Amino acid sequence: MKSLAERPVNPTVGLTVPHESAALHVTGTALYTDDLVGRMPGCLHAWPVQAPHAHARVTALRTEPALAVPGVVRVLTAADVPGTNDAGTKEDEPLFPAEVMYYGHAVCWVLGETPEAARLGAAAVEAEYEVLPSLLTLTEAIEAGSFQGHQPTLSRGEAAAALEAAPRRFAGTFEFGGQEHFYLETHASLAYVDEAGQVFIHASTQHPSETQEIAAHVLGRSSSEVTVQCLRMGGGFGGKEMQPHGLAAVAALGAVLTGRPVRLRLNRTQDMTMTGKRHPFHAEWEAGFDDEGRLRGLRATITSDGGWCLDLSEPVLARALCHIDNSYFIPDIEVRGRIAKTNKTSQTAFRGFGGPQGMLIIEDILGRCAPALGIDPTELRRRNLYVPGQSTPYGQPVRHAERLLDIWTRLSGLADLENRAAAVVRFNKVHEHTKRGLAMTPVKFGISFNLTAFNQAGALVHVYKDGSVLINHGGTEMGQGLHTKMRQVAATALGIPLRGVRLAPTRTDKVPNTSATAASSGADLNGGAVKNACDQIRDRLAEVAARRFNIHPDDVRFVDGRVTGIGFHDQDLAFAEVVNDAYFQRIPLFAAGYYRTEGLHWDAARMQGEPFKYFSYGAAVSEVEVDGFTGAYRFLRTDIVHDVGDSLSPLVDLGQIEGAFVQGSGWLTLEELRWDTSDGPDRGRLATQAASTYKLPSFSEMPDVLNVHLYERATESGVVYGSKAVGEPPLMLAFSVREALRAAAAAFGPPDRPLELASPATPEAVFWALQGARDALKETAEDAAAGARRR
Amino acid sequence: MEPIDVTVNGLARRSAAGPNTSLLDWLRGEGLTGAKEGCAEGECGACAVLVARPDGPDRTRWTAVNSCLPPAPAFDGGEIVTSEGLGTAAGAAAEELHPVQREMADRGGSQCGYCTPGFVCAMAAEYYRPERRAGGGAGEPEPHHGPNGFDLHALSGNLCRCTGYRPIRDAAYALGDPAADDPLAARSAAAPPAARPTHSAAGGSEFLRPATLGELLDRLEQQPDALLIAGGTDLGVERNLRHSRPPLILGVDRLDELRGLHEGAGFVEIGAALTLSEIERGLDGRIPLLGRLFPQFASRLIRNSATLGGNLGTASPIGDAAPVLLALDATLVLASKRGEREVALADYFTGYRRSVREPGEIIRAVRIPLPLAARTAFHKVSKRRFDDISSVAVAFAARYDGGLVTDVRIGLGGVAATPIRARSAEEALAGKEPTREAAAAAAAAMAGEGTPLDDHRASARYRTAMLEQAMLRFCAESLPDPEAAR
Repeated sequence: MKSLAERPVNPTVGLTVPHESAALHVTGTALYTDDLVGRMPGCLHAWPVQAPHAHARVTALRTEPALAVPGVVRVLTAADVPGTNDAGTKEDEPLFPAEVMYYGHAVCWVLGETPEAARLGAAAVEAEYEVLPSLLTLTEAIEAGSFQGHQPTLSRGEAAAALEAAPRRFAGTFEFGGQEHFYLETHASLAYVDEAGQVFIHASTQHPSETQEIAAHVLGRSSSEVTVQCLRMGGGFGGKEMQPHGLAAVAALGAVLTGRPVRLRLNRTQDMTMTGKRHPFHAEWEAGFDDEGRLRGLRATITSDGGWCLDLSEPVLARALCHIDNSYFIPDIEVRGRIAKTNKTSQTAFRGFGGPQGMLIIEDILGRCAPALGIDPTELRRRNLYVPGQSTPYGQPVRHAERLLDIWTRLSGLADLENRAAAVVRFNKVHEHTKRGLAMTPVKFGISFNLTAFNQAGALVHVYKDGSVLINHGGTEMGQGLHTKMRQVAATALGIPLRGVRLAPTRTDKVPNTSATAASSGADLNGGAVKNACDQIRDRLAEVAARRFNIHPDDVRFVDGRVTGIGFHDQDLAFAEVVNDAYFQRIPLFAAGYYRTEGLHWDAARMQGEPFKYFSYGAAVSEVEVDGFTGAYRFLRTDIVHDVGDSLSPLVDLGQIEGAFVQGSGWLTLEELRWDTSDGPDRGRLATQAASTYKLPSFSEMPDVLNVHLYERATESGVVYGSKAVGEPPLMLAFSVREALRAAAAAFGPPDRPLELASPATPEAVFWALQGARDALKETAEDAAAGARRR
Repeated sequence: MEPIDVTVNGLARRSAAGPNTSLLDWLRGEGLTGAKEGCAEGECGACAVLVARPDGPDRTRWTAVNSCLPPAPAFDGGEIVTSEGLGTAAGAAAEELHPVQREMADRGGSQCGYCTPGFVCAMAAEYYRPERRAGGGAGEPEPHHGPNGFDLHALSGNLCRCTGYRPIRDAAYALGDPAADDPLAARSAAAPPAARPTHSAAGGSEFLRPATLGELLDRLEQQPDALLIAGGTDLGVERNLRHSRPPLILGVDRLDELRGLHEGAGFVEIGAALTLSEIERGLDGRIPLLGRLFPQFASRLIRNSATLGGNLGTASPIGDAAPVLLALDATLVLASKRGEREVALADYFTGYRRSVREPGEIIRAVRIPLPLAARTAFHKVSKRRFDDISSVAVAFAARYDGGLVTDVRIGLGGVAATPIRARSAEEALAGKEPTREAAAAAAAAMAGEGTPLDDHRASARYRTAMLEQAMLRFCAESLPDPEAAR
């Protein structure tokens, strides 16, 4: 079993098993960071003082009144920071700022015996501000030339010449909104000083190593003095990749200064007003097609709204640029990228990490241009799909490009596309106030961190004398089923039943220098490392067994908790027995595993290289029904074919695909972030800062029928047990919903009329789109009547 | 701070609970951390627990509520089951999962698991709902109902950010009937503990649930700024998000005088402290327009706590009950030490969150005059179809006789500082034959109603358009087109 992708007989990977914590989840006994507070006597509670201005200088900060509030123990300010007063990795994120950069920016933190005392203390802090001019919208920032970070350009060929030569040319602008993560568990950290000055932090973090590094540099200590543990998260979605660090550092600082445990848990309003979100984008584009609708050239300037500091905006922009092609070959292309600096929360990673934004731009272009080209949008998309032999604009060959057309064809059949398209036409003919729309869109998504160094992982696997196995790895569990998959990988590699493998919580003192559990790479990277560690142990055990069986170690097999030889089964030992033998022979029963993704290279300055190990593919067909009176809609049916390689854990993968799809639909249709952009006193305030005003999909946004098919016989060579990553790519299957809404709204108007649709396509946005279509139909009818009169 | 006595998961617990402590915080303080805070305003359901509530005189109905909203002292003497106790309540084996938990676990109904305890409790309440029937009669199940009679609206107040809901729906629709020896089903056969008068004071705040209406009115007379609560769904949001700490909270939820539901001479009277779920069950379709309102009013979790008294007492311009009750020409029975008076709802609102209710006065009941108008409709416009606050809500009640609209009342929410009647649109339609021209004229009049604002829910322009469209829809869907009939 020397190949990473090859599966042994009776593998545990590939079996449908419930989430490894499912029983704990349903009984409410799974512990999250903030559930530990009751186990921490004397715990203090932290509360922020949030500035009520979008941009201001802090001219005075009087903390004495807070200390007079009963129960207030301490106020943390910049003066208390022994190390670096910064919450990020770029020194542009002061943890205790002297200049307020967005409405709700925390200028100091109050520690109290109770949350109530801390809150009252925070209210008592007297802060004075000198209000400064602020920029809120992308338009304002672009006009003011307010940008931050690199401004990369992705190019191939001669876009200008190609556009010039293209028989059909279109141009447009498109601005679309971001998205709040709305993990059900808000940010939480719990820090205390362990013995000998070691700082121990429980944090809800996707990136424990970076939380550790930043807490250490704020405290002015070495990384070896700080340990971060993440039991599990109540959702992450990228929102806990960078954002937890400063919060954990505040808790750690409080613990060091008071000698008591400190809990920092943001309530929903604080979480929404203080932490970053998906980047909104603005795009200005020109696209050229040939007469058959094939893309000839694309030129665009895309500007992301990075908020007040860089955070992850640069890699997010890079991924947006690397995905503006989605699944389509664009021979000549030039896309300039920039990051606006605005007085808003620092926008950050969110499932897809810029990929969805890049892809939305091209999908919008195709959706808008199809009617003008006189080509059915589904056909237009099919004609432009990559075929084998073609490369992306950044020079990476599109491996397995044939899967795109194959998925497209299979999905058309599974979804009964042709008949249903005809049925939609019939429905629309006889319904005046209700129209349906049907659309199909593809996904191609590159897997690996763009930054090559992040594509490595470690694991630590222990086998105890009784044969039980405990695995540690660097990845975190946020619901995506990583731990479930890792247990399956270890059970497969060691040839033991799943129940024999226990997984210990993620901790920086077990596996150091880990990458964020992000970029969908958790299972690929940590699976490689876990398997590597298990393989080392298994190889050692094979030698022990081989001596017992008197055979060559290569011929020893580990299956279902039994150890035997190849081809004959008269000798057969329990796994635990071999383990026990190995102990007495003084063979080490633990191993550190390591994995690095091979074959990656990326030149960030030239935007060229092969940053991705492979591409994930998929496609979706969605049918929607729109109400002409209100613009409200229902999602009737969605069919999906998605490529996860050979699934490590089908129930987990199915859950990721469905969940990502619905989350993507939320971004594109429902979830709307609104800031106060007036010049009033609340300029810069997030108006949608609660569950009552920021609406996530609920049951009513799930399609009535949702059929998900995993792409079959899809072994991905070079990845653990032939699998593929799944976390992010299916989010973009939701483009099918948006395009179906466009089709339904267009059906209220004359045929072949291009229709612009705002994003998110809220009922109001759909209403205005269909009103436009209806008005156009009226004009057409009036023109026809006038023409008839003239004749 | 006085201690409260609550039976949780079959065990009696006694510990202090202040007036500003939510049930959720009290439970978590007791080490029961299964229920979670997701939003602290009753929108996400991660905090849902089951409460033993009366179901007629001698039965218990397991009722799911958001624990983040009501004050803990309101549960003094009560009985609660949380996700931790569901499978193990009354002595089941520790490792034994409840059928709801088993379906959720096996079908991938949990991913991150944070919303799961709340889902499990909301799902369990529906699992035990006595009216739930497999098949629900002949033919296809109703929309949003499973073949086992499971009403998906039971879960409309629970948000999940991970799964996309399909496996949760499958889990709900796969549930069978409670086993013969199911401890919680067995518990339903006896009455819940009687609510008891209780009192708690701490940090300058006081919670009091008086024993009698007289005691309530006495106390209110002394302290007219006291806040009245039943389910506490509004108070909880004010406390959690805006940190309101009222000096006196008076719990009216168990006063019999406020919990009646009966038909009087020419009206139906609905007690102000009945929960919306209780009204829905009690009316059982008697007032179709209210029947249209309930499924769209917040979520089941909220409807299990919220009352008409509360919804009208806050005098919010966007409460969904007011437009419907305006269309029904409802009146309110206001009670105080000085006696009772009846006020038309149309005269009740005086300004943004203000009403004619005087200091010392409570809403005792809502009266809906009979006979009911036959042609009714309720149009709620919101971003999300389930569990959202209206940008615009429009209710119609019309009488149609001899080809003419003889009488019409239209209630509007979300377009002015108070809920209002659409008087000029009513005038435009009344006495008319509902032709397309008449509909267009009435729609134009509707577009002039109120003074809609731009906000994060909708633009003023959209709100105005929705008024217009609501009239067009009402005429198209609820009134026969005389031209088509000819």
